[in-house]
Amino acid sequence: MSADTLTQPPAVRAVSRGRARRALRRRTVAAVLTLLVVAVFTVSLMAGDTFYPLDDVLRVVRGEQVPGASFTVGRLRLPRAVLAVVAGFSFGLAGVTFQTMLRNPLASPDVIGISSGASAAAAVAIVTLSLDETQVSVLAVVAALVVALLVYLLAFKDGVVGIRLILIGIGISAMLDSVISYVLSQAAEWDLQEATRWLTGSLNNAAWKETLPALVALAVLGPVLLAQARSLSAMQLGDDTASALGVRTERTRITVIVAAVVLIAFATAAAGPIAFVAFLSGPIAARLVGPGGSLLMPAGLVGSLLVLVADFAGQNALGTRLPVGVVTGVLGAPYLIYLIVRTNRTGGSL
Amino acid sequence: MTTHHSLAAEGLSLGYGDRTVIDSLDLVVPPGRITAIVGANACGKSTLLRSMSRLLAPRTGRVVLDGKEVHRMPARQLARTLGLLPQSPVAPEGIIVGDLVGRGRHPHQGMFSRWNAEDDAAVAAALETTGTTPLADRAMDELSGGQRQRVWIAMALAQHTDILLLDEPTTFLDASHQVEVLDLLTDLNQARGTTVVMVLHDLNLAARYADHILALAEGRLHASGPPAEVLSEDTVRAVFGLDSRIIEDPVSGRPLMLPIGRHHVRPPQAASSAGR
Repeated sequence: MSADTLTQPPAVRAVSRGRARRALRRRTVAAVLTLLVVAVFTVSLMAGDTFYPLDDVLRVVRGEQVPGASFTVGRLRLPRAVLAVVAGFSFGLAGVTFQTMLRNPLASPDVIGISSGASAAAAVAIVTLSLDETQVSVLAVVAALVVALLVYLLAFKDGVVGIRLILIGIGISAMLDSVISYVLSQAAEWDLQEATRWLTGSLNNAAWKETLPALVALAVLGPVLLAQARSLSAMQLGDDTASALGVRTERTRITVIVAAVVLIAFATAAAGPIAFVAFLSGPIAARLVGPGGSLLMPAGLVGSLLVLVADFAGQNALGTRLPVGVVTGVLGAPYLIYLIVRTNRTGGSL
Repeated sequence: MTTHHSLAAEGLSLGYGDRTVIDSLDLVVPPGRITAIVGANACGKSTLLRSMSRLLAPRTGRVVLDGKEVHRMPARQLARTLGLLPQSPVAPEGIIVGDLVGRGRHPHQGMFSRWNAEDDAAVAAALETTGTTPLADRAMDELSGGQRQRVWIAMALAQHTDILLLDEPTTFLDASHQVEVLDLLTDLNQARGTTVVMVLHDLNLAARYADHILALAEGRLHASGPPAEVLSEDTVRAVFGLDSRIIEDPVSGRPLMLPIGRHHVRPPQAASSAGR
């Protein structure tokens, strides 16, 4: 590398230096975000009503029996923290792929009704039909895909225009939210925990049987989406330019939409549609890493961090215990208003 | 310099929905030369260019590159031989010029291969050729229209293709920037032997810069050949529905078209006395 640098003409050196500087910033941001996720994850295993030292936590994770800690950390806190990381990453990753592909920060799956679709299906499956976790996940995936297709078809008129898709999505989303409310109001036993989970998202019911399907979905679909990062960057230049650069735009679009929708559905089936995480993670990641690089990985990390911090704050910092979606909702709503105002002024892009 | 590729259309018909835009058209792009596609608005110029770069599948017929049908070639392989600059490419908000030009390297990179010294060299060369090296660390949003167009051309150059298709590369540019862009493409053609095919709406700039002109009228190829052969008063009438006079361009010696409208035209006797 250094011998290379010496023989390079100055123009090439300037180009490679500028690129290296921006790449360094992206790597630093990713490293810091990863460290923060690990740190908050660890703290959320240790702290709570009872404090367990790091040593106890590590022993529980290793599978040893520790009186008290084995139940509290192993059965309650660990699946909850893992679900926070997994759901946050899924929402952040899927959200930013939608925003990048549709070139609009409002085009996030939680704004255009996809999360609500998965949530409504999960609520029906659990509250009305009493299905098990696998069936719930499958139903949520099917519903999310159907809603995505429905929004796409309703918005289709000589091609899909971003803003029409967003407005139709917001409408569908409102309808689905009322379906959720109706289902919950018809439930035999009115359960506030269930209600908050399906309306705004909550980790209060997190156990391994909910966490595992979401974890598997992320392990499979996360790499699929990350592999499309470069094609997505090319598609930001418009479909024609991307095709001219050798990107199969239709194939990329279908792969990305299906993978992101399924990812969202699994995360939603486990944690509910945690408000605004998909919507916020991409723009926050964009501010952090600066222009140029792919946002997929940083947005996933921001999503994990948002959910971990919001859930920890909701559990411990605020006196009353708040579900995670209430905390992220408070963070996200002002940003949504800001974006709508700005979109009104500029026509808007990410 | 470069190996010359053959690009041709055979019995090509194109359309959108019920509308046929190009009807069984045959043409050959002369390799290593500059070709301009001219014609009236909505005559199918851009549609033809889009199909040549496989953005639009033919109804019938085919586009052939080196004996192979472009619509059956692997996308990436085609993108290493044939580049396209569309009429209105989109720059993501805040993108840095150096990064944007770097996206032209896409067809040369595998899914997981790292950016390498060759990519840097290609980007630097593209910036240098287009005179945009000083802009490399600036954001695209801050640039003027002319600068932006040069950056887009730099991105297409970084793609390192032997054939470059451009859809109205001079639109929205003032006179000096139009000439600058066309000079740049001529440099490229002369230095690297790049085959340039561009849609131009300005007939006189086409006559000035192109070696070969394809004149389209109502979805068919009305005339093709060097500007001096193609550009006649009859062709202008057939292609644009416009009366004109063709004179020799005193600057280049190539044909120059002077339109004849309803106003500001000298009475016939004055015109004929001027011709005497």
